[in-house]
Amino acid sequence: MITFLKQYFKDIYQAISSLLKGMKLTGYYFTHHKEIITQQYPDNKSTLVLPERFRGEVVMLHDENNEHACTGCSACELACPNGTIKIINKFEVNAEGKKKKAIDAFVYHLELCTMCNLCIVACPTDAIKMAQTFEHSVFDRSLLTKQLNKPNSKLREGVE
Amino acid sequence: MFEQVSTSENGELVINVGPQHPATHGVLHLLITLNGETVTKLEPNLGYIHRSIEKMCESLSYRQFIYTTSRMDYLSSHINNHACALTVESALQIEIPERAEYIRVIMSELTRMASHQLWWGAMAMDLGALSPFFYAFRERESINDIMEETCGARLTMNYFVPGGVMYDLHPNFVAKVKEFIVFFKSKIDEYDELLTGNIIFQNRMKNIGIISKEDAISYGCTGPTARGSGVSCDIRKIYPYSIYQKLDFDEVIEHGCDSFSRYQVRMKEMRQSLKIIEQLIDNIPKGEFQAKTKAVLKLPKGEFYTRVETARGELGVYIVSEGGTSPYRIKFRSPGFSNLSALEHMVKGHKIGDLVAIMGTLDLVIPDIDR
Repeated sequence: MITFLKQYFKDIYQAISSLLKGMKLTGYYFTHHKEIITQQYPDNKSTLVLPERFRGEVVMLHDENNEHACTGCSACELACPNGTIKIINKFEVNAEGKKKKAIDAFVYHLELCTMCNLCIVACPTDAIKMAQTFEHSVFDRSLLTKQLNKPNSKLREGVE
Repeated sequence: MFEQVSTSENGELVINVGPQHPATHGVLHLLITLNGETVTKLEPNLGYIHRSIEKMCESLSYRQFIYTTSRMDYLSSHINNHACALTVESALQIEIPERAEYIRVIMSELTRMASHQLWWGAMAMDLGALSPFFYAFRERESINDIMEETCGARLTMNYFVPGGVMYDLHPNFVAKVKEFIVFFKSKIDEYDELLTGNIIFQNRMKNIGIISKEDAISYGCTGPTARGSGVSCDIRKIYPYSIYQKLDFDEVIEHGCDSFSRYQVRMKEMRQSLKIIEQLIDNIPKGEFQAKTKAVLKLPKGEFYTRVETARGELGVYIVSEGGTSPYRIKFRSPGFSNLSALEHMVKGHKIGDLVAIMGTLDLVIPDIDR
């Protein structure tokens, strides 16, 4: 009986002492506010910096003359595992009277995209890249289908 | 949480745990027969997150199918991608640049640590200790930041491609990993102080969920689950792939066969992962990060199998090729599935309160089981 009681109180002592050891750590962080790394997300939006490689969505790069580098070769369309990209081509007649292939619409379905980055790797002219945007929620699903080439944009000269 | 309760003929109680239950860490449905508080029968019911990844892979090319495996065991996505890339490379006999091998192993070990950290926090939360979860996620966050900078994603990386890795390392990578090693070494002692030494915690783990060495082998358990029962099954040691044979690390084996041994295997594995990264981080060779491969990969006709050690156990990738651009059949041997099959053996005869503790030590990821 006495040994049982001894063991019983020893167990209680051990349990409380090991609990206190853990509580010591909790107490340490309670008094050291600088080691807390929680980010106040919507409030820190203006200072939030995402790495340049972060994959948020596919965008097409346009320069100041509203020109892009997409030749409409469909390499990205073939590389995509989910059918996210659809390129609609048209034929333009240039000044010399020659027919030239150009993109009419670069359709991008954000709702199907898994951000695997295979299209960016496949692009031979670096016309598309991943943007750092990540807040994609919208009220209408159709808003997620985007046309990446801007209206009246042209193929940059010299890009083959 | 909604539980449908019914009584069977001999007075035993049949209850459903899940599919929506916080302790199952996913959509796992367990049909439990109880005699009083003691579990007499346990039947896992799967299929709630089946996405037919294996079937999807049959219509994808050998470059495209790798991204789907990030979504199987999402906590060790790098290692899953590694298995797929290795299978394609061994079939095509592509030589990988040494730099890519080093990057791959460092990334895999970082993933293993991040996975074990999440397991540690989630398991403590299952037992009712909430604060370890926050500590674990603090360290995991710094690994995720390292990953995000180099790979561009935090969970579903798709960074390993056939022939090497997708991008070269970010200039900050080496410095950040070194910083992390120093940071984590002090924190892992904190983990032990907070939880491992706690007597209440130990009493809930010791002599609970026992599976003998023979049973672990016959159920096909792998990874820390089997190593906690004394089975030597680390693929990195017994069938070394990549550059693991060059590295100096120990296979962690515990002989307790109970929940606490499985816990200790994972805690010690984190230290081993740190040891591996320390050996590699200063010696990353310069050079190419990706071998030159053809634009369209065509595997020769035949069957190819590769296995790797993920954070949960052995992952096998089996590809049957008919010579085309996409596989004829793909089969993934996932560690979670066989580890789950041993759950009934471990739980039988224990109280229902211990079920969650035992399930926590198995480290189940449900999308990995269902695929």
